[in-house]
Amino acid sequence: MHASKKPMKVGLFVTCLVDMFRPSIGFATIKLLESAGCEVSVPETQTCCGQPAFNSGDKKTTQQIARQTIEAFDGYEYVVGPSGSCIGMLHHYADLFDNNDPWRARAENLKNRAFEITSFLTDVMDFDSILSSYEGKVTYHDSCAGLRELGVKQQPRKLLAKVANLSLTEMEDAETCCGFGGTFCVKYPEISNRMVENKSANVELSGATTLLGGDLGCLLNMAGKLKRQGHNIETRHIVEVLAGMTDEPAIGEAAYELGQPA
Amino acid sequence: MEIHSPEFKEKSRIALHDVNLQKALSNLKAGFPVKRSTAVARMPEFEQLRDEATALKNHILENLDIYLEQFEANVIKNGGHVHWCRTPDDACKKILEICKDVDSKTVTKGKSMVSEEINLNDYLQKNGVEPIETDLGEYILQLRGDHPSHIIAPAIHLNLEDVSEIFHEKHKRPKSSDPAVLMQEAREMLREKFAGADVGITGANFLVAETGSTIIVTNEGNGDLTQTLPKTHIVVTSIEKVVPTLEDMTLFLRLLARSATGQEFTVYNTLSTGPRRTGDQDGPENFHVVLVDNGRSEMVGTEFQEMLRCIRCSACMNHCPVYGAVGGHSYGWVYPGPMGSVLTPQMIGIEQAGLLPNASTFCGKCESVCPVRIPLPKLMRHWREDEFSKHLSPKAVRWGIGGWAFFAKRPGLYRLLSTSSNLFLRVMAGKKGRIKKIPMAGGWTDWRDMPAPSGKTFMSQYKSRKQS
Amino acid sequence: MSKAEILGNIRHGLKRGEASQEQKQAVINRINAHTRNLVPQRAQLPHEEQVALFIAMATEAAAEVYQLESINEVPQICANWLKEHNISSLVTASDASILALDWNSVSDLSCEQRVAQVGDAASLTSSFAGIAETGTLMLHSGKDSPTTLNFLPDNHFVILKRSDIVGPYEDAWQRLRDKTQGDLPRTVNMITGPSRSADIEQKLQMGAHGPKDLIILLIND
Repeated sequence: MHASKKPMKVGLFVTCLVDMFRPSIGFATIKLLESAGCEVSVPETQTCCGQPAFNSGDKKTTQQIARQTIEAFDGYEYVVGPSGSCIGMLHHYADLFDNNDPWRARAENLKNRAFEITSFLTDVMDFDSILSSYEGKVTYHDSCAGLRELGVKQQPRKLLAKVANLSLTEMEDAETCCGFGGTFCVKYPEISNRMVENKSANVELSGATTLLGGDLGCLLNMAGKLKRQGHNIETRHIVEVLAGMTDEPAIGEAAYELGQPA
Repeated sequence: MEIHSPEFKEKSRIALHDVNLQKALSNLKAGFPVKRSTAVARMPEFEQLRDEATALKNHILENLDIYLEQFEANVIKNGGHVHWCRTPDDACKKILEICKDVDSKTVTKGKSMVSEEINLNDYLQKNGVEPIETDLGEYILQLRGDHPSHIIAPAIHLNLEDVSEIFHEKHKRPKSSDPAVLMQEAREMLREKFAGADVGITGANFLVAETGSTIIVTNEGNGDLTQTLPKTHIVVTSIEKVVPTLEDMTLFLRLLARSATGQEFTVYNTLSTGPRRTGDQDGPENFHVVLVDNGRSEMVGTEFQEMLRCIRCSACMNHCPVYGAVGGHSYGWVYPGPMGSVLTPQMIGIEQAGLLPNASTFCGKCESVCPVRIPLPKLMRHWREDEFSKHLSPKAVRWGIGGWAFFAKRPGLYRLLSTSSNLFLRVMAGKKGRIKKIPMAGGWTDWRDMPAPSGKTFMSQYKSRKQS
Repeated sequence: MSKAEILGNIRHGLKRGEASQEQKQAVINRINAHTRNLVPQRAQLPHEEQVALFIAMATEAAAEVYQLESINEVPQICANWLKEHNISSLVTASDASILALDWNSVSDLSCEQRVAQVGDAASLTSSFAGIAETGTLMLHSGKDSPTTLNFLPDNHFVILKRSDIVGPYEDAWQRLRDKTQGDLPRTVNMITGPSRSADIEQKLQMGAHGPKDLIILLIND
């Protein structure tokens, strides 16, 4: 357990997809951080990490968004988000600025404070008091950026092992890209589709009834495919399970009342 | 070969629906990646070897001119010749000139991607010299009038049936579907060709500055017959392949086979140093090294310098989910997969090759297996930056990014946009939780459902919770 | 012309002109030092274990390994093997140790020293170093060892003395430098098992263009 007496001041990086599509992931993240003894704030001037611009080669826009994000999270001991991809993007900010640009140092500083949620709980907070329960056989998709840019592999599994009644079955090629790739999935839809088809086949073969992951982009892609194919497999973000917030229907799954908070 | 990179999208669409190609590609995964991972597990020092190889390549590139001149001096000292060629055309002309000098009618060839890069076969043929490919894969392709779709397994896009058919047609022998019989057939057909050729052309995996040697790495032994039997041996290679010493070459050899085919070591690693010596009973009488530049020297000192570390092992494409889905021909030129997506724009221009560096999810698998740790996604992104700054990206992308950026840079307006989009999507979904079709977003909804937002945006919910 | 342009581009990229004498000397010194990079643990075993590793790795690479008590057994072993395979001729290198062998005892085998030709069924050559790390033979060309013998015949016998087995490739390079005073022969071959190809459907087939069988005769010396 982390040694500081005062609660750790954490800024939540919501991510634009969680904001738009699945707020419960944000709330589950807050719940987990608070259980680990953190004081969580949500800076209002955050928008998106800038990845769409970055990966489209629009460096100038990316720099502008990077500065905005760096400023939004000034003063927080840590910046935590429920996405390896977006936090990975925060780690790229330093490369956007020249060595003598003062923003570079600020970006480096942000990089040292920015963590994906399961990595933060495990690697920084040494937290594993997971009190939730989940009935069912789950499988876990390793999203690319979290896995290869941030080294997120064992952390989610370690935490899932603490969930009562949950059994994890690894699928074949859990580390292979699902084909989302941000704008890739609309720029090269047919290739993206082949990749997500491979993924859904592996999910099905694993025999799992729930697919978990740590990045909503990938989860929307995989859930969308599983549903289109008519599979009876639920897709959720890992924090929903860890925080015991699985009352809400799974991704892409059910009817919601218009305008009513989940 | 002809450039078809601008047709990447059409070609990949066709490839995805080509049943035979998909069957052939399915052999890839069980082959290379599985074998690589076994070989890596057997070499506990593998990661350290990668670090050392990366550092060594960086050292070489910082001193590239000096090493190349050392190499040249030692080739000459041993009685060989070095020809510096800036363009593919220079290289083809020089090779033809050497062939004409010895009055050559046929040349045998070992597998060489640089020779594909300079389109050597077509050039020789047009000028009355018949090139004969001797690597089994390349031989099959030559019979078919086809091109390699992979840098070390050139015929990976074909199935047994394709080979069986073309051999039957060209060899005029009974049709066989036994790979062993087919290989024996090729062995017999090529035996006389090896002996009858006036010139043998091989590539090189490395050039050793210390000794003026070139080395080829093969499993079949065709490269050895190609360079030993004819009177003249021409090595067609490129400037970034130079290494300081035999010890340094060894470091790369330890990585190459394991990264490429997952072998502990390739069957034949052959060093060639000059022509045959006085008293030697065989071996070529003439030894020429054709050093091709073709844009490489211009990569030094740029963000693409790291690409010059590449040792052509093919691990990046073997592990690439995009390559695995569409195969090498979709990329429309010589070098496919992630390394090709970085190299091709340099060699044929980003105007023609722009689709390639975009055809990646940046999943990072390629970088994670690269023996010389080339940051391939980063380099592909540099090409996207180049494309964007030259206004070459498609208008839809530029406008899309521009519109989105306008809001992303203004948090207040961004909230308005996300709140209204959120509401729009929920209205579209109705009570179903997902949307089957969204106008203008067919790229997504043609293939999968769009999960609907599960409620108001996080930011608005968070705000109301805090207020209550 | 091309040379000056290529070197000019490189130097432009490196943000300097032609390298200074010191820079050049540093490179030459680095070359002459023959410094080894990381040598895997596996290649740094005591000699007896190197021999065992060599045999294991060569066998794994599909070479046949016969252990002989004396080099004098070579003709008989070759003759037996060839007879089993219905082959009655052998082409050999002409180095001193092969020339010293007595082939009269195997009279039904026709044996000659020359370069290889298309159609030769079997050859015999000598290797000056066996590399334990991967079961690799190192051979080189010379007046008495034509390279074609290593590639053209269908079956290839290679004599290797136990004492010539080394751990890593680096030891073999040093032996080669010592043996040739630093001037490499035209061809140096590293051979690990017989010829093969997986170019048809990624399925491995043995015997592509080089020998279909590689038989290592390991002499206890």
